Amino acid sequence: MEAILNVLQQILSTPSVLVGLIALIGLLAQKKPIEVVIKGTIKTILGFLVIGAGANVLVGALNYFGAMFNFGFGVNGVVPNNEAIVSLALNTYAQTTAYIMAFGMLANIILARFSRLKYIFLTGHHTLYMAALIAVVLTVGGLTGWQLILAGSALLGLTMAIFPAMAQKTMVKITGDDSIAFGHFGTLGYVFSAWLGSLFGKGSASTEDIKFPKSLSFLRDTSVAISLTMFIFFLIVSVKAITTTGYAEAAALDANLTMGQHWFIFSLIQALTFAGGVYVVLAGVRLVLAEIVPAFRGISEKIVPDAKPALDCPVVFPYAENAVLLGFLVSFLGGIVGLGILSLMGGTLALILPGVIPHFFCGATAGVFGNATGGRRGAIIGAFGHGLLITFLPAFLMPVMGSLGFAQTTFSDADFTVVGIIFGNIANFVQGTGLMAIVLACFAAPIVYALVVPKKVKA
Amino acid sequence: MAIKKIMCACGVGLGSSFLVEMNVNKVLKKLNIQDIEVSHSAATDVYKGAADLYVIGKDMNDIISAYGPTIVLDNIVSLPELEKKLTEYLTEKGVI
Repeated sequence: MEAILNVLQQILSTPSVLVGLIALIGLLAQKKPIEVVIKGTIKTILGFLVIGAGANVLVGALNYFGAMFNFGFGVNGVVPNNEAIVSLALNTYAQTTAYIMAFGMLANIILARFSRLKYIFLTGHHTLYMAALIAVVLTVGGLTGWQLILAGSALLGLTMAIFPAMAQKTMVKITGDDSIAFGHFGTLGYVFSAWLGSLFGKGSASTEDIKFPKSLSFLRDTSVAISLTMFIFFLIVSVKAITTTGYAEAAALDANLTMGQHWFIFSLIQALTFAGGVYVVLAGVRLVLAEIVPAFRGISEKIVPDAKPALDCPVVFPYAENAVLLGFLVSFLGGIVGLGILSLMGGTLALILPGVIPHFFCGATAGVFGNATGGRRGAIIGAFGHGLLITFLPAFLMPVMGSLGFAQTTFSDADFTVVGIIFGNIANFVQGTGLMAIVLACFAAPIVYALVVPKKVKA
Repeated sequence: MAIKKIMCACGVGLGSSFLVEMNVNKVLKKLNIQDIEVSHSAATDVYKGAADLYVIGKDMNDIISAYGPTIVLDNIVSLPELEKKLTEYLTEKGVI
């Protein structure tokens, strides 16, 4: 008997097996044929192990980067990248993340069913990343065991329904109808951009009347884009490090400072190693999600047929292709200006370097949202504001991330950082059960609202 | 040329391409076609011969169209648009 319990306990505490089990149950519940069940379960476990392998690759390159940045500039430089920070978080919080993700999706369906937030969040990788963030922040907030999983799932379900609701007003403007919703955890940045657009963009013509060169579209290939920016960052940092006095002595003591190669080759190899790590992590995430997302979609379509699917950000790109490009460039510019401001503040906050991925995907989306409310001027001002926003938010997030706050990377997109900052700071005042109560109250609020406040009658 | 593999691609290979894959599967099921394998991936993973047909959004056309036949969707989430274009393509190729 004890042996059986031991095995059971090991199954439930080995994250990859646990996620595989969730997929297995999902596949069996859908009455899939046996070969599909086996394939899906194996792929899910495999994917989780691949994420761990990718994390090791990433961390190697990041450690060099961090050590050299620290030595050359005397402060911490941080490259926000969701894949990197999530793969690090999964080293410690994998089990909690897996439970929170599984029950969080359930919580999303419950909210969509019983409140007026009729949105089902289908961007699976962002669900996983948010689950990881919540696992970290609530654990730092003193929650453990079932309380952690209950509160974490409720919070995840709430974010999955409430953020699409915030973006819906502008989504209707962009797509021209109310049938699809927007599910990408950079929402606050996009809503901010749309707000700036409506404020400053009065009478400005749409971005879609401008003719743009198409040559920048190669940056849509994420591996190329990450490699290029990381190469530039590594070049700057390694040159600064070796020209700083005392480099030879410091390098003799710290293995992370010894490049062992010419700085140019070293920068090239490490930059591409980082990009390779992200590539591996993404491949792992793809494997993990392959069975979970379709199951989630199928179940939610049955239980909440009138809910709107909330989809990944490139959904809006075809509606305003020029705004995509403009948004990316201007948001990146905002990131550079933000970095300048952070460095003028003299190291009180970590220096957040502009990562090309958040600025591309989120900046582009911010451009589309800004364009929808305020034309060209709206797209430019909105995306610039967004660029500043996603530079400062990660800097404020880092202190509430516990030991992960000292990593050379962090979450990049607006909603991750804001959820982390809000609940991380609440946790500074209320720990443990009190924190859980606050989270559950937030989750219940929209359901209670739907029950108490009568529906508006459409005129 | 027989069509054995359809690949849906987007920038990161996680979100929109996945959704398109689910939609392609829906259409194939409706057409009662079982021997076509559908996958989704990032733009990085697309090379000549990776698949017999690529289904992508309008914004990815510049990158992907060099690698083989594409179906380009104006509205990446629209099932009716996909169904129309895919059915037309498969009819033209003699699959159905």
